Amino acid sequence: MSVRSTAAAVRAGERSALSVVEEHLAAIDAHEDEIHAFNLVLADESLARAEELDRRIADGGDPGPLTGVPVALKDNLCTRGIDTTCGSRILEGWRPPYDATAVERLAEAGAVVIGKTNCDEFAMGSSTENSAFGPTLNPLDTTRVPGGSSGGSAAAVAAGFAPLALGSDTGGSIRQPAALCGTVGVKPTYGRVSRYGLVAFGSSLDQIGPFAATVEDAALLLEAIGGHDPRDSTSIPEAFPDLLGVLGQGVEGLRIGIISELMGGPDRAASVEGIADDVRARVEQAAEALATAGATVEHASVPSTIYGLSAYYLIAPAEASSNLARFDGVRFGLRVDADTAPEMNTATRTAGFGDEVKRRIMLGTYALSAGYYDAYYGRSQKVRTLIQRDFARAYETFDLLLSPTAPTTAFPVGERTDDPMMMYLADVCTIPSNLAGHPSMSVPFGTGDDGLPVGVQVLAPALDEATMFRAAAVLEGAAP
Amino acid sequence: MTSPENPRLSREDVAHVADLARLALTDDELDAFTGQLADVLDHAADLDALDLDDVPPMANPFPLVNVLRADEPGNDDVRAEVLAAAPSVEDGRFRVPPVLGEAP
Repeated sequence: MSVRSTAAAVRAGERSALSVVEEHLAAIDAHEDEIHAFNLVLADESLARAEELDRRIADGGDPGPLTGVPVALKDNLCTRGIDTTCGSRILEGWRPPYDATAVERLAEAGAVVIGKTNCDEFAMGSSTENSAFGPTLNPLDTTRVPGGSSGGSAAAVAAGFAPLALGSDTGGSIRQPAALCGTVGVKPTYGRVSRYGLVAFGSSLDQIGPFAATVEDAALLLEAIGGHDPRDSTSIPEAFPDLLGVLGQGVEGLRIGIISELMGGPDRAASVEGIADDVRARVEQAAEALATAGATVEHASVPSTIYGLSAYYLIAPAEASSNLARFDGVRFGLRVDADTAPEMNTATRTAGFGDEVKRRIMLGTYALSAGYYDAYYGRSQKVRTLIQRDFARAYETFDLLLSPTAPTTAFPVGERTDDPMMMYLADVCTIPSNLAGHPSMSVPFGTGDDGLPVGVQVLAPALDEATMFRAAAVLEGAAP
Repeated sequence: MTSPENPRLSREDVAHVADLARLALTDDELDAFTGQLADVLDHAADLDALDLDDVPPMANPFPLVNVLRADEPGNDDVRAEVLAAAPSVEDGRFRVPPVLGEAP
């Protein structure tokens, strides 16, 4: 049942919000032990919220477009009075004094927050194995990772624990786990969704976005949380586009380019490495489906995307090293006592952060340090300009671009934990959109040779989520 | 110290950076992190081939303009709530160990 029809039934009094929530709590009870999608299940709170919604409906009220729909929230979204850990020991037990704007808007739309989902610590990772509270496993095959960093949100939707979830995407952390778990995942244009109340990782890259089982459900959730927010100075003032209204418009006449540099393969020298043959075959099949639906599909070149990974893994750690300086044992979270304040800062951070967070803080500190700033951070920022220019050039010819979301299907648990560089390669196709600030989304499109889902990434120029969703809807309808 | 032209990190570089970032590393961690961070910098060496002299740096996807809110009085007194989340407080303030040794 789609989210839209569930909400419609609850709003019409045909079924209770309570029954919807109970059904999902039962699914969580039955399978959460195997998956570990959540850091916190809000069973009592979500039941109380459902009863409140049912009372309002009985009194003739209409709580909104997501009435009674359970939503799982990545545990780096602030929830007033409710633990928000970011998957880190350093924030264990911290209860924010405010709600994120996206969380506030969910409440205004009538949604029910059913729990806080597990993630890589401070959203740093591609497998959800970097959580201080243990890994999340892929519901489709528990020997595989769900992707990351929003792996708990992707797994919650894939396992039927919640029809909708929110994640955050700094270099692919929504789209890549969506691909690996067979769900839809969307990174909106930078600034489309307020970052107020999202614990910062890479502030010039972070965006909140939806996970859902279908393109329509993702559109419904994105419409509910998107739009200008005066509390985020990078929030885009333009009106939020109508997505639900354009889903049926098809792709007739659209010009769509397959990004050669992100397709790999022996005949493409100037491409990123590691794109699996079965993944590439599905993307080519998706392109054919779009052509059959009336789009013009050709190969496109966005040359500097091959440098995205290198630039990103200097820029994002640099921003992280600055953002995470606030975790000093003074104002919130963990404190490890020591005789002096600097020793207390060091003891707290050493005990509170996991290895991946330490790696990125050190990498970022190095890239920003005297004597290395120009060579690393400065040059990476210039590469970012090249990537944005190359996209602008491609979008003179094409309305949308296409690529794999992730180079492979879900990889085995533990395969990459000792090799960070290998782990980082999982984001090679998703990073360019973050660097440019553009929207992109992952749509499930068949499976790989191992029977696990493949995601196709649809990329659009800034602010054009509407056209992106039209193509996504066509791909969903044509998926094998 | 290695030079930016040869991005292989030394163990001493990592120790220095850890100190700047207020992280204490064991000898084993220092060894492991040095290799892992050097791998990332080695990968980033592909950027050396690019001619970036005339390319402006980009810090943010879109041009940022200063945003000011209306100066309206409000009552957002969250002091008690904020202090309640702190590890140690005294007289309505955050309490920390001495920063510069013993107070006079």
